[in-house]
Amino acid sequence: MRLEAQDVRFRYGGAGARPGGGPGGGSVPEAGAGPGWVLDGVSLRIEAGERVALVGPSGCGKSTLAKILAGYLAPASGAVLLDGAPLPRRGYCPVQMVFQHPELSVNPRWNMGRVLTESWAPDEALLRELGIEREWLRRWPIELSGGELQRFCIARVLGPGTRFLICDEISTMLDVITQAQIWQLLLRVAEERGLGLLVITHSQPLAEKVCTRIVNL
Amino acid sequence: MAPGMEPILSVEELAVSFSMYDRGLRKADLAVIRSLSLDVRPGEVLGVIGSSGSGKSLLAHAIMGILPPNATVRGEVLYRGEPLTEARLRGLRGREIAFIPQSVDYLDPLMRVGRQVVGTFGTRAAQEAIFERYRLGAGVARMYPFQLSGGMARRVLFATAAVGGDVKLVVADEPTPGLGPDLAAKMMKHFREFADAGAGVLLITHDVDLALGYADRIAVFYAGATVEIATAAEFAAGGAALRHPYSRAFSDALPQNRFLPIPGSQPYAGSLPEGCPFAARCPERTEACLAGDVPMRDLRGGKVRCVHAA
Repeated sequence: MRLEAQDVRFRYGGAGARPGGGPGGGSVPEAGAGPGWVLDGVSLRIEAGERVALVGPSGCGKSTLAKILAGYLAPASGAVLLDGAPLPRRGYCPVQMVFQHPELSVNPRWNMGRVLTESWAPDEALLRELGIEREWLRRWPIELSGGELQRFCIARVLGPGTRFLICDEISTMLDVITQAQIWQLLLRVAEERGLGLLVITHSQPLAEKVCTRIVNL
Repeated sequence: MAPGMEPILSVEELAVSFSMYDRGLRKADLAVIRSLSLDVRPGEVLGVIGSSGSGKSLLAHAIMGILPPNATVRGEVLYRGEPLTEARLRGLRGREIAFIPQSVDYLDPLMRVGRQVVGTFGTRAAQEAIFERYRLGAGVARMYPFQLSGGMARRVLFATAAVGGDVKLVVADEPTPGLGPDLAAKMMKHFREFADAGAGVLLITHDVDLALGYADRIAVFYAGATVEIATAAEFAAGGAALRHPYSRAFSDALPQNRFLPIPGSQPYAGSLPEGCPFAARCPERTEACLAGDVPMRDLRGGKVRCVHAA
């Protein structure tokens, strides 16, 4: 399988921006490309089983590209293709995303049990490996820390339909032991299922440890 | 630092608990910070590292006096040798004591960021100078928080601290996530400048590289307790240079080191065990670890809270 961005252009507030842009959306990065264009003709290809690090300065459009690849934003021109076809507009999207700010990407009015099982039912073993305690399922999002919430955000996107995973600074808010636990688990799951990963990180050592290829935006 | 110089800030066995509704109208006390001890000396950057949920942010909030009303605080916080009371804080916050909060949510969503940075004690001219220093373009002052990228918002938060003037203590709660390495390094240099000018900087961070690169000493938190205070050089060396088994596990998990995690997770506030909070995951655990509170003690020029450390 192959996920591609072909000659993608995007600007906020312009044609092509879908209202509501998905969780964590809505910020306007500094223009990195032509006037007003956050992304101006960006192409990227990820094969199944590959783990690609996307690096670049703050405001250059990394998170925007991530949301476009996951289908949360539509490009003004260009295309996102999964094995040559556009992303499905309904049903489970094979491209799933884990966001930088977990507190902004869960429904504050849902308890964590409902957040976790929105699209599939993760088994007990996965929850244990992610360090999610049974007792947390009864809590509300505001009653968990960012690191704890992020474990739920990872568990909920590892459904059997997921082929590609976009990870936008997912371990920035985690302590290093949890970061190593979560990445060791993600790497194993990615390996087992042949997932393709796009990893946005500012940490050079992490990119080198986790990824097979590094792309500069 | 000259020996005997009085710390700007010292925190002695700080404990914080929250009174929460358990079931119905029944209330329960949830102990989240149990025993935090550290001091920040003039001219130094003290890095605070540890798991999320170890009490790092709450320490910052306790110092700044901005804990929610259902919080109970025990222990002592001294600022320049005297208790940091509510009344004293009111005169110091935003002037001598600057706070850089963790989340961009601390910005007022309905106020242009230029005005927020000027705040109560700053001036327009100071704000403009600081924006220029932090590479925030001329138009940024007129923007609202939602129009900023994550990195820009961080720089705006930083600017709010630097604008006050005569800063003696900077309390920074995770100031660098979302900044690129260049900008993060630049921010750290500004912290270093604060310290070199004689201020103390309490730098709470997940970014160990930054902490090691710019801090003088490192305080390691685990489950609401300070477990070790070491020099940055000792922490960079890792292994036998460190005093606490948790510090060593932490060092081993770094991507630039072995990237090998120990299993398990930090005990959750409210279910903290008796004795050493790390005991359940510790390879060196004995009966003695579980017998009552473990005091912080001096060891090899640093401090450790472990009965076995030698």
